Amino acid sequence: MAFTDSIGAATIDGLAYVGGLARLTGGAAKAVFISPFQGKRFHMSRAIHQAMAVGVEALPITSLISFFIGAILAVNAAYELRKFGALHLVASAVAVSMTRELGPLMTAVVVIGRSGSSFAAEIGTMKVNEEIDAMETMALEPISFLVAPKFLAMILMVPCLTAWADFMGVLGGGAFGLAAASFTWGSYIQATLEALIAHDILTGLLKAMFFGLVITAVGCQEGFSTGLGSEQVGRSTTSAVVKSIFAVVMVDLVSTTIFYLTAPR
Amino acid sequence: MSPLPPKKDYIGAMTPMPVKASCAISVRNLRVKYGEREILHGVNFDVPAGETMVILGGSGSGKSTLLRTLVGLERPSSGEIYIMGKEFANISEDERDELRKGIGMSFQSGALFGSMTVGENVALPLQEHTDLDPSTIEIMVRLKLDQVGLSGFENYMPAQLSGGMKKRAAIARALSMDPQVLFFDEPSAGLDPIIAAGIDELILKLKRAFKMSIVVVTHELASAFLIADRMIVLDKGVIVADATTEEMKNSTQPRVRQFLDRVPEPEVTGEIDYLQMLTGDIPPIRQ
Repeated sequence: MAFTDSIGAATIDGLAYVGGLARLTGGAAKAVFISPFQGKRFHMSRAIHQAMAVGVEALPITSLISFFIGAILAVNAAYELRKFGALHLVASAVAVSMTRELGPLMTAVVVIGRSGSSFAAEIGTMKVNEEIDAMETMALEPISFLVAPKFLAMILMVPCLTAWADFMGVLGGGAFGLAAASFTWGSYIQATLEALIAHDILTGLLKAMFFGLVITAVGCQEGFSTGLGSEQVGRSTTSAVVKSIFAVVMVDLVSTTIFYLTAPR
Repeated sequence: MSPLPPKKDYIGAMTPMPVKASCAISVRNLRVKYGEREILHGVNFDVPAGETMVILGGSGSGKSTLLRTLVGLERPSSGEIYIMGKEFANISEDERDELRKGIGMSFQSGALFGSMTVGENVALPLQEHTDLDPSTIEIMVRLKLDQVGLSGFENYMPAQLSGGMKKRAAIARALSMDPQVLFFDEPSAGLDPIIAAGIDELILKLKRAFKMSIVVVTHELASAFLIADRMIVLDKGVIVADATTEEMKNSTQPRVRQFLDRVPEPEVTGEIDYLQMLTGDIPPIRQ
């Protein structure tokens, strides 16, 4: 009985959490896409500031990680492909893997570490310092003031970062191709372009947009649910990272399945 | 001091008082619950317009919950709150936000936005709720900071200010929309006596200059008696005294005397005391 009770309680908690994420995302989407047409102010300058922090400032680390991931992919692909004398397929293996899966996923991991955790810490600290309460007493809506600019920045910048990560991954694979698989830059890029179809790139970027949405929702939700005391901020930050990674993998599974089922054959 | 009615009447559950039009705030039968636990058990009081009401009470008496409910941060489980004659407790979030533009709140910690300068903090409500142009807002920010004695601190970050200066900056922000009602949560807590006296002076100055209605939650007795026109004393979620400052000084109500005379809670020594503690009845104060 106790076991079934705990399963029931966990299910209710889980559904309530997802409901909270949906409420936050819905509120932010309304503040970005609907409220400005109803005469309410959208904080564009805050969104631009967030976009710089989420996107531009993440470029160096995203570039580095994606380059190495591309190279690692190429090495692993070459390890198997050389058994069949098919080293020339390294370029297509890297291109498809990066654009469909690893580009969006690795970018999401970088963004979770940099931005998702920072959203939770920022909002959590504001909660502990009564700044969220102060905002409410000033008739400022925390979702439109704090979450909406992050939401817009993330759904725009995570796909942009992903596109850049895809490019850097291909470069990483190319570096290996040049060094160990008898490619020239020209032949590697030619092989990459032949392997890629628009569907691969677009589904990857669409996934990245969903990842941005989920990371924002989880990071902000964890911030808002921070308890009393500064140690709770650390707890919320850790929780935001763990839950975001889980949520991103879940969204990845669902969206990849949908894209597979709807892909042109 | 008006004689205290019997407990069941005093807490207001049975006999709600009529709402007076001349009051800045009227609270009727206010009950607030956290989960199943009721914190405020049917509170009734009025704050006359232009007066300062101090809410006194020990830790856990419910005074912070009362203040949070008055500014709309907690929803009451039942009862009514009227601010400037308008119902505040049982309205939609949009209507509540509209009314909030007419009130100001200074938090215990200041609650200034750490990522903004002092000037930006004070300007924020004006930018969000008015169509004033930036140069007018800049002038108003300087004016508000001048009113609280912080001229020239526009470009400082909150982290660069002392505790007293943070409280003053928070008051400037609370004043930015020219509120009719101002709420303070523990305005002198954590400050040295000189700085705390400065904050008390500032509250008095604001009341005199702007004829504001002010509600202050505190447990600093010296500060309370200096700034208050009226006081209420909360104990275990019930108002045990509601009187003018002079009447409160001369109160004979046991719980009020215990609070004002700083008498510690009696130790539980016998079976009757223990039962009284469990049932929430007040044990006699031992001198």
